[in-house]
Amino acid sequence: MTKSATAVPAAAISLRNTVWITVTLALIAAPHAERLPLWLTGLAAAFCGWRLYIARMRLGLPSRWLMVGIVGAGALAILLQYRTLFGRDAGVALLVLMISLKLMETRTQRDGMVLAFIGYFLVITNFFYSQSIPTALYLLACVWLITATMMGLQYRRPPADTRSQLRTAAVMLVQCVPLMLAFFVLFPRVQGPLWGMPSDAFAGTTGMSDTMSPGTLNKLVYSEDVAFRATFTGGVPPQNRLYWRGPVLMDFDGRTWSTTPRAVRNQIEHDRRASPVRYTVTVEPHNRRWLFALDMPGLIPPRANLTIDQQLLSQTPITSRLRYDMESYLDYSVGAAGNPAPARMLALPRGFNPQTRELGLQLREQHGGDNEAIMSAALNLLREQKFVYTLEPPLLGAHAVDDFLFRTRAGFCEHFASAFVVLMRSAGVPSRVVTGYLGGEYNTLGEYLIVRQSDAHAWAEVWLPNRGWVRVDPTNSVSPARAEGGLAAALPEGAVLPRGLLPATPLFHQLQLTLDSLANAWNQTVLGYNFETQRALLTRAGLDDTSWRNLAIILIAATGVITLLIALITLRSRTGNRDYALEAYRQFCEKAARAGIARRETEGPLDFAKRLAAARPAQASAIDAITQRYVALRYKKYNKNKYLKQLRMHVRQLAL
Amino acid sequence: MLATLKAHLTDWLYQPRKPEAGTIVLSQRRVYILPTQHGLIFGVVLVMMLLGSINYGLSLGFVLTFLLVALALNGMLYTFRNLARLHVSALRVAPVFVGEPALFSLNLANPGDLTRHAIGISRERRPQGDENYCDVPSNAATHLSIAIPTQRRGRLRAGRLTLFTRFPLGLYHAWSYVHPDASCIVYPRPAPAGLPLPQADAAAGSGASYGAGQNDFAGLRTYHAGDPPRHIAWKAAARGQGLLTKQFSGEAASEVWLAWDQLPPRMDAEEKIARLTRWVLDAHAQRLAYGLRLPRLEIPMAGGEAQRERCLEALALCEISA
Repeated sequence: MTKSATAVPAAAISLRNTVWITVTLALIAAPHAERLPLWLTGLAAAFCGWRLYIARMRLGLPSRWLMVGIVGAGALAILLQYRTLFGRDAGVALLVLMISLKLMETRTQRDGMVLAFIGYFLVITNFFYSQSIPTALYLLACVWLITATMMGLQYRRPPADTRSQLRTAAVMLVQCVPLMLAFFVLFPRVQGPLWGMPSDAFAGTTGMSDTMSPGTLNKLVYSEDVAFRATFTGGVPPQNRLYWRGPVLMDFDGRTWSTTPRAVRNQIEHDRRASPVRYTVTVEPHNRRWLFALDMPGLIPPRANLTIDQQLLSQTPITSRLRYDMESYLDYSVGAAGNPAPARMLALPRGFNPQTRELGLQLREQHGGDNEAIMSAALNLLREQKFVYTLEPPLLGAHAVDDFLFRTRAGFCEHFASAFVVLMRSAGVPSRVVTGYLGGEYNTLGEYLIVRQSDAHAWAEVWLPNRGWVRVDPTNSVSPARAEGGLAAALPEGAVLPRGLLPATPLFHQLQLTLDSLANAWNQTVLGYNFETQRALLTRAGLDDTSWRNLAIILIAATGVITLLIALITLRSRTGNRDYALEAYRQFCEKAARAGIARRETEGPLDFAKRLAAARPAQASAIDAITQRYVALRYKKYNKNKYLKQLRMHVRQLAL
Repeated sequence: MLATLKAHLTDWLYQPRKPEAGTIVLSQRRVYILPTQHGLIFGVVLVMMLLGSINYGLSLGFVLTFLLVALALNGMLYTFRNLARLHVSALRVAPVFVGEPALFSLNLANPGDLTRHAIGISRERRPQGDENYCDVPSNAATHLSIAIPTQRRGRLRAGRLTLFTRFPLGLYHAWSYVHPDASCIVYPRPAPAGLPLPQADAAAGSGASYGAGQNDFAGLRTYHAGDPPRHIAWKAAARGQGLLTKQFSGEAASEVWLAWDQLPPRMDAEEKIARLTRWVLDAHAQRLAYGLRLPRLEIPMAGGEAQRERCLEALALCEISA
């Protein structure tokens, strides 16, 4: 027995708990470091170090006014840096600043608890930026640490070892998993946000832009980020037919192509010459409205529109991963009837690219009004003039197209597409630029196609009187390998390849594909779980009424059942009321009673042993061993398990 | 009115019990649990996290929020389990003088395999923040004491005590009432020192009749009830010779009678008790043999620790009809 009644002074936070809470918060905030301004990261780290130093040296905390001054200055700096105090990035910066301050004010266990709660909240801010599997695992470990920290704050004396603290926290969290899963599946999801989101909530996502100027696309090419993934129900069409249609650009200012989407038509008007290709696209959030589909889309997904230019537009910006079923007609004819090309498709800015306009007029004179012949001639021109396909095109002057066509003759797909359309318009042929992606990598493991930002591409569309809008890929004339084998194959030998396109060792490549198929499964099942998928899943499970009221009833019932099961596990008595030593000793007494020597009620174990040994001198030593061990177990602190084992053995072997 | 109603409701809810003798088992029915202030704040944080997750469509935000909801529920079970099924018994309470705190100790036995952490004790339902705490290791027992201030001489009952815990997460406050059958004898506050003992010098020198002193060991005799425990020959007892008391001889002690009647009648009864208490202490300090005469009680002449205790207890419990 230990005498242990210690008076606890005012519950000041101990050094041990200060270290726990500081380190845990620093670990949770660590992923933000790459996004926060350097001065703030430095400030937060300095505060952590300062707080630990104060705790270690038992110094007083800094004065409140100093802290208020630092925080005021910090908030001002954030305001200057972000131009706002609200929104995602500024909000996170402000939160980190405030936590640093709170840390410097933490005196008591209660303050520690508040910091632990903020720690949980800080975990969630990380999900704004990444919800990948590694992030999830890292933050799960952080949640484990905060939980253990909270436990640490409740101890009144430091626990004997940290391991039991961590183990209890882990056990508690593991027991939470069933209920968490039930809530995750059954909690009614709503469509869309509850209130407006800060404008920068999903900023910083890479992807197609709605403008194209020299250099826009080849920046994307260096990004290994996934643009979208597609799962085909039939076979995958050949690589050179995988033109993923994105923004259609119609307006040119001499350097930059841009667009404002034209009227919504929502009408699939091309005639279907072949059966469509069916597939499902899961597009990564890009904070824009366009949806990608193979040329030409034959289906309009829910809450999306199709413009006259055959461009699919979501009704709201895509701020979370979106999955939609799609079908496309690879052989198509669009806009053949009538002349759907207004002056906009022929417009060129005045005073730019005089040489190209001259060339266009020449082509028109040579071929009369035959748009198709003009187009062929222009493509031939590109092919014969020894143009070079490169990721590092030379700089272009004010007359960018002239410079490209007549001087540098080296460029990336955007240069070819842009020059070609300018040339076509100069020759009076209605045309436009289409951007999107070309090709993709097939992941045999997950049986889907990965389209990355590095697959970004630009091509042209030309209107021919009887055929309508026809896709022309000028890059193809220069470098046919681009469409067949991707970017890496298209670039000349010796060109510096982007990291993502470096030839990888087969093993590493296989690993990459495996990880991506894992990420895809994670995206589809966990991250993509929303209103629609919830309804689909529950309907498949035989639940017809998926109204939130019905779900709430089921959820409450499930919570009750699961909590009951967990309670049965945690509250079951752990040997609590069983006294194994007494049980063994009772067996011994019963044996003696059967042999005719019953223990009297008032007789202590020692007296009984004396009497029994006198009656059975042959067993005296065994009787003595049993009694000694029982007494030791009862009244002394010994190695309980060892003694208990010996006691049981002796009782079992005893023959009276 | 409202307060009375509240008191009745509380009594009905928590079923105040009569003092219980022996071991009290904190059965599951006796353990109550409610969220703490921190628990409520945690609830608010969870709601905020849920709203954020819904608004921004953060799937992992949902996962985290629901994990913490489950953690909050699980924490309730853990807090409950940390207190339930403890075996509580009261220990003997050492007597104190009025003004000194009475230290009531409970023996907390943990028959289970789980260590109980941070068990606190308090007289109030809501702890004030300066409570004693203890950990009870698995299959072991610990003492937990609470100091209760004393204001009157007499027998101080432990009253209803609250055992509570917030372990492991601090989100819940689990508590249980125990009303052990324990009491503390509170000795009267002695009058200020200075007044001489009555007739002390009259008896001095003549008193060879009571030859028991405390200086030199003179021999052993069989134990009589009331012999001071520190005079018992424990070594002999350990050898199985039964209880023997060591006898000492020394300087002959004087004899003195401390009598209620000797005190002036105009003195207040409590003042008389205070004066007698002071005399008992002085006589004991001077190693005199003394007897005590109270209105309805007489304690015969004796000396030593046992006599001091007997006299002080008599003074503590002395009832004076005015």
